[in-house]
Amino acid sequence: MFIPMAVAIAEARVGKRGERYYSGRVPQLLERGFIAFKSSTWMIVLSGFVEPVLYLLSFGYGIGKLLPTITVGNESIKYAVFIAPALLATSAMNGAIYDSTMNVFFKLNHDRIYHGMLATSMGPLDVALGEIGWALLRGFSYACAFMAVVAPLGLIPSLWGLLAIPAAVLIAFGFASCGMAVTSYMKSFQQLEIINVFLLPMFLFSGSFYPLTVFPEWLQFTVNLLPLTHAINLVRGLCLGHINVGLFGHALYFVIMIVCGLFFTTKRLNALFMK
Amino acid sequence: MSEYLISARGLTKKFGDFTAVNGIDFDVSKGESFGLLGPNGAGKSTVMRMIGATSQRNAGDLTILGKDPELNGPQIRAHLGVVPQQDSLDMHLSVSENLYIYGRYFGLPRKFVKGKIEELLTFAQLEEKRDAKVEALSGGMKRRLTIARALVSEPEILMLDEPTTGLDPQARHILWDRLFRLKEQGVTLVITTHFMDEAEQLCDRLIVMDKGSIMAEGSPASLIKDYSTKEVLEVRFGSDRNQEVADKLRAMCERIEELPDRVLMYTEDGEALLEKIYASGLHPKTSLVRRSSLEDVFLRLTGRTLIE
Repeated sequence: MFIPMAVAIAEARVGKRGERYYSGRVPQLLERGFIAFKSSTWMIVLSGFVEPVLYLLSFGYGIGKLLPTITVGNESIKYAVFIAPALLATSAMNGAIYDSTMNVFFKLNHDRIYHGMLATSMGPLDVALGEIGWALLRGFSYACAFMAVVAPLGLIPSLWGLLAIPAAVLIAFGFASCGMAVTSYMKSFQQLEIINVFLLPMFLFSGSFYPLTVFPEWLQFTVNLLPLTHAINLVRGLCLGHINVGLFGHALYFVIMIVCGLFFTTKRLNALFMK
Repeated sequence: MSEYLISARGLTKKFGDFTAVNGIDFDVSKGESFGLLGPNGAGKSTVMRMIGATSQRNAGDLTILGKDPELNGPQIRAHLGVVPQQDSLDMHLSVSENLYIYGRYFGLPRKFVKGKIEELLTFAQLEEKRDAKVEALSGGMKRRLTIARALVSEPEILMLDEPTTGLDPQARHILWDRLFRLKEQGVTLVITTHFMDEAEQLCDRLIVMDKGSIMAEGSPASLIKDYSTKEVLEVRFGSDRNQEVADKLRAMCERIEELPDRVLMYTEDGEALLEKIYASGLHPKTSLVRRSSLEDVFLRLTGRTLIE
């Protein structure tokens, strides 16, 4: 009897863990990302890199003139050195959010691309991991490009700063998983705007431009609950070479975000497509 | 393993309090072209999604190639080519890229898929559009591309949900021709439609569905034979007079159906009936004798027309 190749491939996965949700097709989804990327809007792609550099130029060298050094703990550092890690963390967040909210919303509701994908032998976890994986690749390249600009300028004092790149990927993973989970529950384009209402104040208050110690205690406490604060503290700690146990705590925050985000995304995609 | 590719017993699907599919039984044999005919909301698409392992049943049994879609979703979907009612093509990719990546989603090797692309572009008559963006295609071309895409994994069963809805007559005929070819190659077709001409053209056997239940089952010809007469005479007396004359007309033939704009009269000989009407002193504004169709079967079974 003739067995089509697609069937043989699917049969080979019988008995594997989570076989109803996952078929090991993340590489294929990344391949789609590359094919679509070749003809994408380059302005949007570039803006993800240019944005943190512009912030660095305007704030780092503008405010840096008025405020040559800033005190962190008992160390005085240049203002640009203080904000560069925060901008790296923020750009990792922004890239991940863009890919996992706007892009996902359109594919889900407008183009119905996921409907097509899930009519194949793939499962919802393939789609979730593939989309998030693509967001991470992008986050990784932005982080590398940003480092290539700021490191030669002497803005990364410690060699530990190299670890800021994998840290940026971890941060992007956390935001992308949660972003996709939230987006999968959104009904309209207007609801997506709510995400931005949350993101901008977080960017302004999470200690990007000045230490949190300037805030009254209650506000410090609140800001310390936010993911971006942990992202900035993690990346800044690495870039300045302030290595301590606290960094693991920040990293753990993102591991929890990743697990929760993936859980709800898969659950929701399953409910949407396997109802 | 059963002799049927698809087998349903007491298949039921509920959405909250609403019963979309109400305990239906049917079987589909290998190489058959099987149709689900019914108006919008009859439950056809829900049945398709349950077969396609993207919707879970609430009760009953469903077996596809000997497997239960609830337990073996990915394995069953590997056997199926799905052409959904709403296009789900990848707008960010070109025509050939759409075919390529869809093959990859099934886990197929690059070389295999690249070989398939040429064959499928020829089949879908889209060779000249290979590098075009999907958005630039006409409705008929998008449909053909969706069918070609569904064939990339060499499925044994092709599922077509309302394949020609929204297409102009020429595009429909091109599409039907392509589907005939697949049927000749031995691909099993499962088709939903609310067009009776489509069902008559494409289906060897069909079930007539209404409100989640099966009203009748058989080949198009046998359904017409069982539930209708050989010919139908359509007469129009003008909207306000149709009802007045209905009682007189009823006495002249086997059965009549009063529609808002016309009266349908069921008979073995339409011309003879028309003469009888004139002889009785009635003068319809227009009249038409035609052969019975599945539309008449549906009207007989449900008292309603297919397209409302």
